[in-house]
Amino acid sequence: MTEPIIRIKHLSKVFGKQPQKVMPLVRQGIHKDTLLAEHEHALGLRDINLDILPGEIFVIMGLSGSGKSTLIRHFNRLIDPTEGEIWIKGTDITQLKNKALEQFRQQHLSMVFQRFALLPHRTVLDNIAYGLEIQKVDKPKRREKARYWLKQVGLEGYDAQYPNQLSGGQQQRVGLARALCTDADILLMDEAFSALDPLIRAEMQDQLKQLQSRLRKTIVFITHDLDEAVKLGDRIAILKDGILVQQGTPEHILHNPADEYVEAFVQNVRR
Amino acid sequence: MADALWLSEFPEMERADLRAIRKALDGAYRDFSRAYGDQIESFFDPLLSLLIGFEHLLLTTPWWLVILVISAISYLASRSIKLCLGVAIAFFAIGYFGMWEDTMQTMSIILVCTLLAIAIGVPVGILMARSNRLQSLLTPALDVMQTMPAFVYLIPVVMLLGIGRIPGVIAVIIYAIPPVIRLTNLGIRLVDKDVLEAATAFGAGYLKRLTSVQLPLALPTIMAGINQTIMMALSMVVVASMIGVKGLGQPVLKSITNQYFTLGLLNGLAIVVLAIVFDRISQSYAHRSQRHLQRAQHD
Ligand SMILES: Nc1ncnc2c1ncn2[C@@H]1O[C@H](COP(=O)(O)OP(=O)(O)OP(=O)(O)O)[C@@H](O)[C@H]1O
Ligand SMILES: [Mg+2]
Repeated sequence: MTEPIIRIKHLSKVFGKQPQKVMPLVRQGIHKDTLLAEHEHALGLRDINLDILPGEIFVIMGLSGSGKSTLIRHFNRLIDPTEGEIWIKGTDITQLKNKALEQFRQQHLSMVFQRFALLPHRTVLDNIAYGLEIQKVDKPKRREKARYWLKQVGLEGYDAQYPNQLSGGQQQRVGLARALCTDADILLMDEAFSALDPLIRAEMQDQLKQLQSRLRKTIVFITHDLDEAVKLGDRIAILKDGILVQQGTPEHILHNPADEYVEAFVQNVRR
Repeated sequence: MADALWLSEFPEMERADLRAIRKALDGAYRDFSRAYGDQIESFFDPLLSLLIGFEHLLLTTPWWLVILVISAISYLASRSIKLCLGVAIAFFAIGYFGMWEDTMQTMSIILVCTLLAIAIGVPVGILMARSNRLQSLLTPALDVMQTMPAFVYLIPVVMLLGIGRIPGVIAVIIYAIPPVIRLTNLGIRLVDKDVLEAATAFGAGYLKRLTSVQLPLALPTIMAGINQTIMMALSMVVVASMIGVKGLGQPVLKSITNQYFTLGLLNGLAIVVLAIVFDRISQSYAHRSQRHLQRAQHD
């Protein structure tokens, strides 16, 4: 068996003034709504355990507010956990200090965002090169590389445009190129295609699959759409109210939904 | 009924006590300024030479060259021939009515004050955006600075440094700096969280985020703050002339005491012209610098 590239152990996250104080309740399995109503803390995640293998597309899905964004933001520690360990390539990143964490993000992780999050004052090319710029790669070199990825995502000739001159689909291609340009081998995608209309979305999914067949990155992909999850995912994990209710291959989940919540998702895909 | 007196008479503090407090404070400050005034004054020497140098430069350069340069700057900032011509004509009129020298002096004071206000205000605003505690401490202080009648600043500054350009500049800066600080803070705090998060996700540290995301995206707001600061500095010109700052303020002051209406009006108009010129130049620069942030017209 291959070693997992990402291993999440007993990860919990509570939002609020004094998360540590309510952790005992969380461990006992208090419901999210009760915690919020009676203790004024929001349950983000509770006791998440996950292994993600190198080269797979791992899809995390769930309804709005189930904690998907919270979970994926732990992978590069945009959010600090309340409890638990996050092992990436053999490093527990919860132990990293500022500088080391920045280094780690530069080298191993990149991210694509739902609302693109491009730098509006920079050209497409400089947006794509941004990750390398942070790594202090010199200008000609990073531009050359950025140009390569611009071509890979099918936007050749758009170098000097600004993000606001592009359509949503084109902007997200730039977002994807920016993430690929750093050569990080873990790609985090938080509802990367959710803001696009269905046709463009399908196109982007195909493009991602095609790139992935060549690049073999480890991709953590978030969506609330089971069709997308089934189309892209090698494995799928399902979150509900901050709890992981089921994980497995798409077929496994389609045929053996663990509870009504999963069942409801599956119903949607069969229709 | 002596015990009910406080109901009809305001329970004032004893006059003697109040006098004692005032005396003690004034005395302490006077002693402080006697003891350290000279040192503080020499601390500001570089500022004085900067100011004099600037003034000298503006006054020794031939008038037509000054007009040419200012028009060129306004053209570069706005790319508008109309603004550029307007500026040239306005400055020509100022010179024609005999206010060239005063205007150049005022301009050099305003420029130096603005540069210093930016040099101090932008970093303070950056720190303020970083810390909520600092923000809650500074906000009331800035409110006081902005609402305190400008004359009040003159008192301690004059006590400390006497009459002249430096105390004038310091009073102007204290009065005019709040908008730069406030709007730098605001601009940085309003930067799109998504974009900032993206920078963090790619491993950018604090400085990199500041220079590549926060400052560029906050620039239009910061420019609006600088613009307000310039306007406030200009509005201090007359007040500052009371403590010996040369320029357009002095003739205005003279016309108040001697009732020279036309003289006052002309100099007042010259201040207005400076205000409009500075305003247009900084506004159109800000506007042009943010053109990529707006949605393109032709989709
Ligand atoms: N900064 C925060 N402070 C307090 N509560 C938070 C914070 N961030 C998230 N939460 C809570 O955590 C829960 C999960 O939020 P999260 O954004 O991860 O959901 P999501 O699954 O990504 O939803 P969506 O599909 O709408 O993006 C929500 O109930 C939310 O209220
Ligand atoms: Mg989300």
